[in-house]
Amino acid sequence: MIGLLERWGRQVRLGMAEVGYGARFFLRLCLLIPAALARPRLVIDQLHFIGNRSLSIILVSGLFVGFVLGLQGYYTLQRYGSAEALGLLVALSLVRELGPVVAALLFAGRAGTSLTAEVGLMKAGEQLVAMEMMAVDPVARVLAPRFVAAIIAMPLLAALFSAVGILGGWGVGVVLIGVDDGSFWSQMQTGVDVFKDVGNGIVKSVVFGVICAFTALFVGYEAQPTPEGVSRATTTTVVASSLAVLGFDFILTALMFGTT
Amino acid sequence: MTDRRAVDVMVGAFVLLGLGALLFLALKSANLGSFSTGPTYSMQARFDNIGGLKVRAPVKSAGVVVGRVSSISFDDKSYQATVVVAMDQRYKFPTDSSAKILTSGLLGEQYLGLEAGAEEKTLGEGDRIRMTQSAVVLENLISQFLFSKAEQGVKKE
Repeated sequence: MIGLLERWGRQVRLGMAEVGYGARFFLRLCLLIPAALARPRLVIDQLHFIGNRSLSIILVSGLFVGFVLGLQGYYTLQRYGSAEALGLLVALSLVRELGPVVAALLFAGRAGTSLTAEVGLMKAGEQLVAMEMMAVDPVARVLAPRFVAAIIAMPLLAALFSAVGILGGWGVGVVLIGVDDGSFWSQMQTGVDVFKDVGNGIVKSVVFGVICAFTALFVGYEAQPTPEGVSRATTTTVVASSLAVLGFDFILTALMFGTT
Repeated sequence: MTDRRAVDVMVGAFVLLGLGALLFLALKSANLGSFSTGPTYSMQARFDNIGGLKVRAPVKSAGVVVGRVSSISFDDKSYQATVVVAMDQRYKFPTDSSAKILTSGLLGEQYLGLEAGAEEKTLGEGDRIRMTQSAVVLENLISQFLFSKAEQGVKKE
């Protein structure tokens, strides 16, 4: 009985310590953002690694999500004789939800894992310790530029995802099926608000960028410095950041679009 | 060195592409392009019931957007809703114009319809539109219909 209580107590204590440590780590990363921006070279290298390399998967997925939205939206809408609202449906669902969320999920899979593996292997190879020996802060030199680059890349990738998706929906809806071109765009323009929809989508994707980057870097930095530890950390990154993105998406949607 | 520059160029292209996508979303899919940034003057109108009219709803005359609703408030002296509209400076309306709250289509958005009067003088900054017609509330319409039916029934007996 006492032993059970003790085990529970220890688990709670360890959990709390982990949360506290994570929060302090997060604050430390945030405080290092200006320092990272002062050395744009490192950030640019990471932007290339995180942003450009994720471009192909984001663009292709966006296009196909747009295709599918165009098809499914058309099937449902034409039943109610309002196929012209297809543009509105595609644009709203992409800009508000699918763009930021799916881009963030892909980003966690494509860039988050590589960040975790990279940092974890650096730790396993004792490179981080070696840096500390040379009085170079590994958090400032290695982690902060990656953090900044991910936060810059995420909104851009989400915007590209939405834009390509809208073009995909247009391609299926207007070019293939034959919805009227003019009403496709005009319905979209009357229904989508720049600040409420596009702006909130950007805010969402920035938040998701912070979540994905922080999770990937924190998990990588705290990985067990063994091959198994790194592989486990990579898995943890995908699972944790995907769940966090979905959870935060619900909260953000409730806050942003709950009361109009 | 060339590698360095190739990376820079590619990152620059990526950022430009992303910003281009944002611009595309703002201009092509949202209504940033249709924002009239021109000078406006404000007018107000009082309604007994505004129905589902919202701030930023269009003000239309003859079907053309001539302004936007800028604020809606409740006046507890007259127990009416005060609607302030920002009108496009280019368009002037006679002082005896009337305002109605209309619905585009059967289930569409509500907007403010302006009908021009015949006076020589035109409405200016801060003026009030005297003649207004409230939104049609479906429940009231149905209850009126039912009451009139009931009355007919009473008369027949």
